Amino acid sequence: MATETKAEFKPKILVFACNWCSYAGADNAGVNRMQYPPDIRVIRTMCSGRVSPGHVIDAFRMGADGVLWSGCHFGDCHYIFGNYEAEKNYKKLEQMLKLMGVDHRRFRLEWVSAAEGNKWAALIKEFVEDIKAAGPSPHKQNGTKPVELPVI
Amino acid sequence: MADAQLHKKLVLTNAFRCLECGKCTATCPISRYNGSYSPRRLIGRMISQDPANVALDPAVWTCLTCGLCNTRCPSDVKYSILTKELRAEAARLQNLPTITHGGALQATMRLHATSEQPQDRMGWVTDDLKVAEKGEWGYFVGCLPYYEAFFSDIDANPIKIAQSVVRVLNELGIEPVVMKDERCCGHDLLWGGDVKTFKMLAERNVKMIRETGVKKILTACPECYRTLEVDYREVVGKLGFEVIYITEFLADVSAQLAEKMGEIKQTVSYQDPCRLGRQMGIYDSPRKMLNIVPGLEFKEQAKHGVGAICCGTSSWQNCDATSKRIQTDRLLGAKAVGADTLVTSCPKCYIHFKCALQGESIPEDQKVEVKDLIVILAEALNGKK
Ligand code: SF4
Ligand code: SF4
Ligand code: FES
Repeated sequence: MATETKAEFKPKILVFACNWCSYAGADNAGVNRMQYPPDIRVIRTMCSGRVSPGHVIDAFRMGADGVLWSGCHFGDCHYIFGNYEAEKNYKKLEQMLKLMGVDHRRFRLEWVSAAEGNKWAALIKEFVEDIKAAGPSPHKQNGTKPVELPVI
Repeated sequence: MADAQLHKKLVLTNAFRCLECGKCTATCPISRYNGSYSPRRLIGRMISQDPANVALDPAVWTCLTCGLCNTRCPSDVKYSILTKELRAEAARLQNLPTITHGGALQATMRLHATSEQPQDRMGWVTDDLKVAEKGEWGYFVGCLPYYEAFFSDIDANPIKIAQSVVRVLNELGIEPVVMKDERCCGHDLLWGGDVKTFKMLAERNVKMIRETGVKKILTACPECYRTLEVDYREVVGKLGFEVIYITEFLADVSAQLAEKMGEIKQTVSYQDPCRLGRQMGIYDSPRKMLNIVPGLEFKEQAKHGVGAICCGTSSWQNCDATSKRIQTDRLLGAKAVGADTLVTSCPKCYIHFKCALQGESIPEDQKVEVKDLIVILAEALNGKK
């Protein structure tokens, strides 16, 4: 929006968190009453390996200012190799987004375990700061003319 | 789409003339392996019932839109074109295709349609390649930089195709205009039923090409070629520039290239891409270009030209066991005529075959190499240096 300035910019940040570690890590942060900014919307996936580069690219089109993709540490994935898949796909995504001119501060892959509530809180704080520095995303589809696209 | 419009499409593609002879099903490469798929039956249902019922059937997404059945039909029913039209209706009714690769490629195309951010896609233009910002000749690269990034794990390097195009054009003294912010041509969205986003891409690209002032735009991708030449006209009317497929242009100056080529000792067979062959009628110029390469031996397969079999997948949809069997057949077919390399001139055929070569469905001693035609030409030119 034209009136939105950097100072009052409230980013929309999408987080994909796997059910078994990262989502539980976010819960852990909550249970321990750790404070972190409220700018994230979390989508729980069964595994980080379920997330596809397409989800992240679509998120940018649909209005995300930043996307965090998060799962279990290597060796901890509930489905054994899901996070290796995630890492492989993330590497492709990184190159695709670079071609599309997406600022590298806007997307990230992180491993957070169920016990790491403190890591989760610190990570979100840091990511929100990064996105605020990067400013509103230029990739959103024009709000006045929504495009009806078939969803996948 | 209103019913009346759908009815009109049936008329335009001659569907009502169907004799129910079943030649389409008999010739269809999908039906060969997937007995539950029958274009004849779908046509029959479309003309005897409300076509909207068929638009709700998942089978509208099974067709490769390869157009082989069109060529065999005694009544000239254009089934592949009808499928394209029906898909727009299917998508509107939320009957959606199974998208491959987690939808990453379609997501990219849609972001191309809507994002105002300039891309950073020129990394492939290495120092030895000369491209320009203004001039008479343009080169429409297509999604090759994205394929290079996305298919990094199947040992394909599709970006070599774009580099080879510029390499060959430079040899002829042409520095093509390459657009820094060119968007996807939208082919896969159009054949995937997403007409709205396709139109956005068409308008965007045409405007961009017009702004460069090029008179002729070359492409080395049969899908870009068909889309710019045929489908863009339906959206924007007169283009204001000429669209030329790379081999059509090169065939005219082949003598000039031939004398600069070094020998390549390979026996090759050629895969006619369905967009290039049956849809656009280009069969000869790719073969002519292969024939000028010194040392290259050419072997034709029984199913070639108008009768060629598709590479098994189209528009990044529905890649399944049937696709793999078709691909395996094509690769083994090339081996059977004594070729060591299967040449294609479509980046997607190339990627599909490269993928089919992964894994163990073809024994090591039966594997052939897969190459893009323009890459072979560039290699021959490099051979002389
Ligand atoms: S080949 Fe043509 S006439 Fe025969 S069943 Fe198929 S569409 Fe009908
Ligand atoms: S266009 Fe090709 S895949 Fe589709 S029905 Fe005809 S022959 Fe089969
Ligand atoms: S379950 Fe957490 S990454 Fe697979």
